[in-house]
Amino acid sequence: MGESIIELKGLTKRYGDFTAVDHLDLSITKGEIFGLLGPNGAGKSTTILMMLGLTEPTSGGVRVCGIDATTNPIEVKKRVGYLPDDVGFYDQLSGRENLLYTARINRLSWRDAEQRVDMLLRRVGLGEASDKKAGRYSRGMRQRLGLADVLVKNPAVIILDEPTLGIDPIGVREFLDLIVSLSREEQVTVLLSSHHLHQVQQVCDSVGIFVAGKLLAQGNVVELSKALFSDREPYIIEACIDKTGMADNDPRIEQAKSRLIELADVTSVRIDECRFYIGSTQDMTATVARMLVDSGLGLKSLSVREYGLDDIYTKYFEGGESYGKTA
Amino acid sequence: MNRIPHPFWVIVQKEVSDHVRSWRFNVLLFLILLTCFGSLYTAITTLVDETAKASDADDPYFFLKLFTLSDGSLPPFHVFVGFLGPLLGIGLGFDAINSEQNSGTLSRIMAQPIHRDYVINAKFTAAFLVVSILFFALGFLVMGFGMVIVGIPPTAEEFLRIVFFLLLSVLYVAFWLNLSVFLSIRFRQAATSALTAIAIWLFFTVFYQLIVHFVARAMMPADAASPQQLIGYQQFILNLMRVVPSQLYTDATTTLLMPSIRSLGPLTMEQTYGAIPSPLPLGQSLLIVWPQLTGLIAGTVVCFVLSYSAFMRKEIRSR
Repeated sequence: MGESIIELKGLTKRYGDFTAVDHLDLSITKGEIFGLLGPNGAGKSTTILMMLGLTEPTSGGVRVCGIDATTNPIEVKKRVGYLPDDVGFYDQLSGRENLLYTARINRLSWRDAEQRVDMLLRRVGLGEASDKKAGRYSRGMRQRLGLADVLVKNPAVIILDEPTLGIDPIGVREFLDLIVSLSREEQVTVLLSSHHLHQVQQVCDSVGIFVAGKLLAQGNVVELSKALFSDREPYIIEACIDKTGMADNDPRIEQAKSRLIELADVTSVRIDECRFYIGSTQDMTATVARMLVDSGLGLKSLSVREYGLDDIYTKYFEGGESYGKTA
Repeated sequence: MNRIPHPFWVIVQKEVSDHVRSWRFNVLLFLILLTCFGSLYTAITTLVDETAKASDADDPYFFLKLFTLSDGSLPPFHVFVGFLGPLLGIGLGFDAINSEQNSGTLSRIMAQPIHRDYVINAKFTAAFLVVSILFFALGFLVMGFGMVIVGIPPTAEEFLRIVFFLLLSVLYVAFWLNLSVFLSIRFRQAATSALTAIAIWLFFTVFYQLIVHFVARAMMPADAASPQQLIGYQQFILNLMRVVPSQLYTDATTTLLMPSIRSLGPLTMEQTYGAIPSPLPLGQSLLIVWPQLTGLIAGTVVCFVLSYSAFMRKEIRSR
């Protein structure tokens, strides 16, 4: 564990009776990619605004790079780049002019600004489109321009609020790859908020799950799933069988089910249409496959599922329902 | 050029270039230029007739008539400015903040290392600069044309009077500018804020006068009222009128541009008795319009303070 670069202590924000962020404690290590995961309206954006000093917390404190963001937001904003969700640019200016404007607000001299902006535009793959009006950029291009915009000030931390919203899958992958490589090359700490589990799982070193203003769990994906699902089966084998020409209550299915459940490591078997879900304490794909084929069932596909953020998420959503109501 | 400009001036620079390049400003500019030359033309044609039949050929304020004369087909220059100025102010300000918020640029700018008030101050400064340059260019242009066509240069006092008139016009536009900036913070939709600003302007220019007339009629003193009562009544109605910024502007400009105006309120016989029927010097004219000037400045400042505090308290979220 390195030194922590973002520290939230007892951070609370209330809007009237509504508590958007509730006594949040969080610390993010320098150089890591941290995913802030939560459903819409969980208070992710509010937390981010408080980190930048754009909103004052009701109580508690934020320290970014060792600086109090509430009392000294300018210093924090010098070191932190923030990409809001659905970032906007001045449509009448070209992408390059938009970035130059940001650079000059950050007190770069004209020459430095031009150099840095051109370098960044090439880096995010907008070198060709740099003189096109920003109003004519596609969503994905805008998002990449946003990333370049954030990097203009050469930040120590970048905060991305729902950066992949509304980009097509290929665009998302490229964008996330870009974030990872930037973070590794330039030693930038990245805080990424999202409600897209898979994307967070792909790129983040660690994850915080955030529901109704509370941080419910923090750690990397493996740790989280271990901690959360120790009481259940670690493996679920999903087998899809060929059911053409078979009746719904074909005896062979029941037979296979009873044989499977007799196996030592199998803890549960569930059948849903043509799919078997076999919970087990060990990876026994091969045994299951053999047994199904032996039972005279046509096996179409077989896969092992580990717990992912999806399940973690669902679990918290189920638990989070009550929070959602009280909030 | 190694000097790195302060972020504030970077924003101002960008805002000015946005204004100058925008269609909206250019349309307004075209309108103002058109009316300006129209009124200049009528002023010059009537000026010729006027001088031909004028009894006092040595009118010391001949040049100022360029700005005030009219043959009735088109209103004179200062009336036009009084009419189009608010439109210009509203046009430059009505979407200052809400358009940035709606396009998502405001939260991006706020994340830069600048103080929050830079944005609103820079918006005001930029529009103010544009308006000042426009009015002074226009005023000097009219003067230049006047000199070329009429062939008489203005005296120093006339020149100063015109400069004060232009300053006053800029101030008047600044009032409307600040009002519309405030509305642009208050309302999320640019159309709502533009319409509200225009509604306020229409109310003040058309309906307020009507209301004052009603009030005046209702409160008309009886025939047998004493002179004190009559004067008090007159003063009261005048003061009602002076709530309106356009009235303040008209009062102030006419006094500045027509030096023969000695008072903006009623004068008794005692007061006029023994007065020399000659134009007032600049200092005296300024003294007369001082309350109007302060009133306009106060209105502008109030609007600015309102928008400033509204903006500082606003929570800036993306879109």
